Amino acid sequence: MLASLGLSSSEELFAHLPAEVRLNRPLALAPGVSEYEIVDYFRARAAENSNGRACFLGAGAYSHYRPVMVDTVVSRGEFLTSYTPYQAEISQGTLATIFEFQTMVCQLTGMEVANASMYDGSTAVPEAAMMAARITGRDRILAARSLHPEYRAVLRTYLRNLAMPVDEFGYLAAAGSADLEDLAAKVDDRTAAVIVQNPNFFGILEDVTAAAALAHARGALLVVAFTEAVSLGLLEPPREADIVAGELQSFAIPPSYGGPYAGVIAAKEKFIRQMPGRLVGQTRDSRGRRAFCLTLATREQHIRREKATSNICTNQALIALMATVFMAVYGKQGLRELAAQNLSKAHYLGARLPLRFSGPYFNEMVATAGAHSPDAINSALLEKNIIGGLPLGRFYPELDDCMLLCATEMARRERMDEVAQAFRSPAGGSRNR
Amino acid sequence: MIRKVRTHITQDEALLFELSSPGKIGYQLPSLDVPPVDAAEVLGASRIRSEIEGFPEVSEVEVIRHFTRLSTHNYAIDLGLYPLGSCTMKYNPRINELVARIDGIAWAHPYQPESLAQGAMEIMARLEAALAEITGMDAVTLEPCAGAHGEFTGLLLMRALLESRGNPRRKILVPDSAHGTNPATASMAGYAVENIPSNQNGMIDLARLEGAVTEDVAGLMVTNPNTLGVFEAEILRAAEIVHARGALVYMDGANMNALVGISRPGDFGVDVMHLNLHKTFSTPHGGGGPGSGAVAVKAHLEPFLPYPRLRRVHGAWSWDQDRPRSIGKVRAFYGNFGVLVRALAYILAHGGAGLRNATVDAILNANYIRKHLEPHYTLATTAPSMHECVFSDDRQAARGVRTGDIAKRLIDYGFHPYTVSFPLIVHGALMIEPTETESKRELDLFIDALISIAREVEQDPDLVRKAPHLTRTSRVDEVTAARKPVVRWRPDSAGDPLP
Repeated sequence: MLASLGLSSSEELFAHLPAEVRLNRPLALAPGVSEYEIVDYFRARAAENSNGRACFLGAGAYSHYRPVMVDTVVSRGEFLTSYTPYQAEISQGTLATIFEFQTMVCQLTGMEVANASMYDGSTAVPEAAMMAARITGRDRILAARSLHPEYRAVLRTYLRNLAMPVDEFGYLAAAGSADLEDLAAKVDDRTAAVIVQNPNFFGILEDVTAAAALAHARGALLVVAFTEAVSLGLLEPPREADIVAGELQSFAIPPSYGGPYAGVIAAKEKFIRQMPGRLVGQTRDSRGRRAFCLTLATREQHIRREKATSNICTNQALIALMATVFMAVYGKQGLRELAAQNLSKAHYLGARLPLRFSGPYFNEMVATAGAHSPDAINSALLEKNIIGGLPLGRFYPELDDCMLLCATEMARRERMDEVAQAFRSPAGGSRNR
Repeated sequence: MIRKVRTHITQDEALLFELSSPGKIGYQLPSLDVPPVDAAEVLGASRIRSEIEGFPEVSEVEVIRHFTRLSTHNYAIDLGLYPLGSCTMKYNPRINELVARIDGIAWAHPYQPESLAQGAMEIMARLEAALAEITGMDAVTLEPCAGAHGEFTGLLLMRALLESRGNPRRKILVPDSAHGTNPATASMAGYAVENIPSNQNGMIDLARLEGAVTEDVAGLMVTNPNTLGVFEAEILRAAEIVHARGALVYMDGANMNALVGISRPGDFGVDVMHLNLHKTFSTPHGGGGPGSGAVAVKAHLEPFLPYPRLRRVHGAWSWDQDRPRSIGKVRAFYGNFGVLVRALAYILAHGGAGLRNATVDAILNANYIRKHLEPHYTLATTAPSMHECVFSDDRQAARGVRTGDIAKRLIDYGFHPYTVSFPLIVHGALMIEPTETESKRELDLFIDALISIAREVEQDPDLVRKAPHLTRTSRVDEVTAARKPVVRWRPDSAGDPLP
C-alpha cells in the first residue's frame, strides 16, 4: 500500500505536520494486553464493587429483572455496530424498532408523539423546558422541589446561560406531594412551564390533573417527568401534560453506575416541530412499500445549525432498543403485572417502616430513621449484605433523618423483613452482637 | 461489476402491534412472596389505568423472530466497510461488551456506598488519566453523554472562566466547515454564532480570524483535522491570535482518530476539547448511541468542571461534591459509565504503541483510497489528507448525478455510503473515512465499486440516479415523510398492506 502511494515509510504520511505540534515520544500508557488480561482487570475492579447484595436503592436508578431476550437482541451486530440510520434503505431494522419505540412510549405516556430518545431523564427535562419556552415565548420555569434533585441541578446548568430563571415550589410536609398552593401562588404570566415528577422523587403520586389546571390557567405548559417507567404499567398516564420527559432505565437497562440510560420526550402532536432530537416517520419506498426514515430533520442541528431546536445528535439508540425489547417481552399484560408486583412489594415494606409521608406511593418510600441515623441503619444493613436506602440530608437538609428506599419485584420478603428490623433496632441487626 | 455481494432472501416482518393477539404473553414473573395489594385501594381508583391501550401482546418466539428479522434489514460494521466521514466507524471489539456486563459493573447502583464502588471509580480515574495523556490536557470530565453534550459542557466551562475574569463575552466563532452541532451548541450555551469563511483549502483563514477576534469573542471552535480531513497547519498561530485577545480555543475532537499518538491538542494551543469515545475509542454506535463526550481541559478550566469530581483520600476514591466554582451538573450521576468501561478496555488492549499504530493505519487507508479515486473524482482539496479524504461530485454532476445518488448506488455494491453533502463548503461532497479497521482487500473492493459507479455515470446515469436496485427497500420517499409526519403506529393505519 505504501509503495502505491510512493512512500517508503508510514511516518511520511504525516511528515507535513509542523514539527512543533508533533509528539516526539511514545504515549505514557501501559503496553497493550491480551483479551484474557483485560477480562482479569475488569473482574478485579468488579470485585471491588458491591456484589451479591440485596439493594433497596432507587432514586432514579432501579433494580429490575432484565429478561435474557434483551441482551440477546442488542448483541446482534446488525443493531450494535450500525450507525444512525440516515441511509434508510439499509437501516430499516433500526428505523422500524425506533418507530415501535416511539409508538409504545406514546401508548404508555398518553402523549401523541415521542422522539427517538434523549441522553437520559435528567437532560430530557431541561430540553422539555426549552421546548416549552419556544412554544410559549416565555422564559420562566417553575419546578417542583419533589423533582429529582439531580434533575433540578441539570435544569439549572442548562438554563442559567439562557437567562431563563428557574424557580421552585415546595412539597407538603405531611403528604410528600407537591404543594399546589405554593404552585398557584408562584405560577405567573411569564411562566413557560411547570415541571412535576410522577411518582415524585419521594415515590409519592402527584395530582397531575390539578397541576395541569393551575399551569394552564396562566397559559403555562405542564411538563411531567418520570424516573420509574414501570409505574406507567399501572398508573393513569399524565394525559393532561403538554410534554412528558422521562427516563426508561427501569426497562431492562442495567444500573451500570449511572449510565448509559435512555431518556425520552413525548408531547402533544401540535408541538412536534418544536421537539428536540430525532424522529422516525413512516413513508413509502419507490416501489410503494411501507418504509421508515428519519424525518423533520429541519428541526435538527445538521440542517438548522444555530437555529436548531437542540444540539443533540448522537442519542441512546441501542439503550432505547433495550427498552423496546423489554416492552415487547412484557407486553400489555406483563407490564401491568410487573407494576402490580412492585406495588405489592413496596407496600409490604412500607407497612413495616416508619414512613415520613402519608401520600400514596408506588415503589419508593421515605422512612424516618428516628432515634438512629440513616447512616447507622445502613451500616447495620450492610453487615447483613443489604444496601439500604439513600440518606436524604444531602439533597433535603430538612429530611436529614430520613432515607429513600425502593422495593421492586426483585426485593425478597426475608430481606425486607431484615430492613424493617434494622429500623426498629439497628444494633440488634448486627452480627457483632 | 458488483463483486462483493449478491441478493439473498430476507424475511418480511410486520410491526409488533400487527403481530399482536389478545392474551398472548412472552414473559414470566416469579410468584409473589408477599400479600398482593389492591392498587385501587392504596392509590385510589382514579389513578389506575384500565389498560395500556394498543400495547403489544406477543409470544417469546415472536419477539426473537421479530427483532432478528428486523436486524437483517440493517447494514453494520460487522458486515463490512462503513466509510462515514467524521463518524469513525471502526470495529467494536466484543471483549468490551463482555466486560461491561460483568455483574459488579453492570449492576453497580450510582448511589451505592463509595466503599462499595471503588472498582467503578478506579475505572473512571484510569480512563481520565489515559485521556489526559492522549490529549495532552490537564484534567478530564467523563460526565457528558455524547459529542454535542461535550461541546455544550466545554462552552459552559469557557463561559465560566471568562465570567470569573469579569466578562463572559457574547460570541463564538465557528468555521463554515464545522459540524452543525458546533453552532447549535453555541446557541444553547447562550452565545451568538459568527461563522468565519475558510480559505480555499478549507483551512482557517488567519487574516479573517485576526479581524474576527474582538473583545466580544469568547472563543473559537475548531475541528482538527478539519472536516476536509486536513490538519490545520497554522493551528499554533491561530491559537495565538485567539489567546492574544483573551479568548479561548475549543477543539471538536470528532477527528481525533487522526491524531492519537502523533499529535496532542494540548500541545497546539487548545484550551478545552471533547472526545467522542464512540468514535476514536471503539465503543459501538448502536444505531445512534449511546456515546460519551468526555471533555479534556487545561488547568485554568479545571475548577469549573462539572461536579462531582473523583478524589483520592487515604488510598480510597471518593466523590467531591463540594466544587463551588463548578458549572454544575450536565446530567444525573457521573456519565455513561458502561461506555467508559468499553473505552478503557480498548485503551488497555492497544497500549500506547497500539493506539499510535491504529492512527497510522487509519491515515494510510484514507490516503490509499484518495490515491486510487483521484483519477475518477474531483478532490476537494490538494492539501494532504489525514484520516479521511473528501471529493466533490463536480464531474458526475455534469451528467446529472449527485453525491446522494452515488451514495445510494454504493449500497448495491455492498457498502454503506460515505458521508453525503458534508462539509457544506464542498459542492456535492463525498466524505470518506475508512478507519484502521479495513484490510487492503476491503479497500480495493470499495475503490473498484466507486470507479465502476463513475463509469456507470458516464454510460447510464439513470442507473445511478434510481439506485439502490438490489436492496429489499428501494429509494425511500423522505419528502412525503416530512410533509405529513406519521411518527407512530395507529390501529387505523393497520389496513396498510404489509411490506
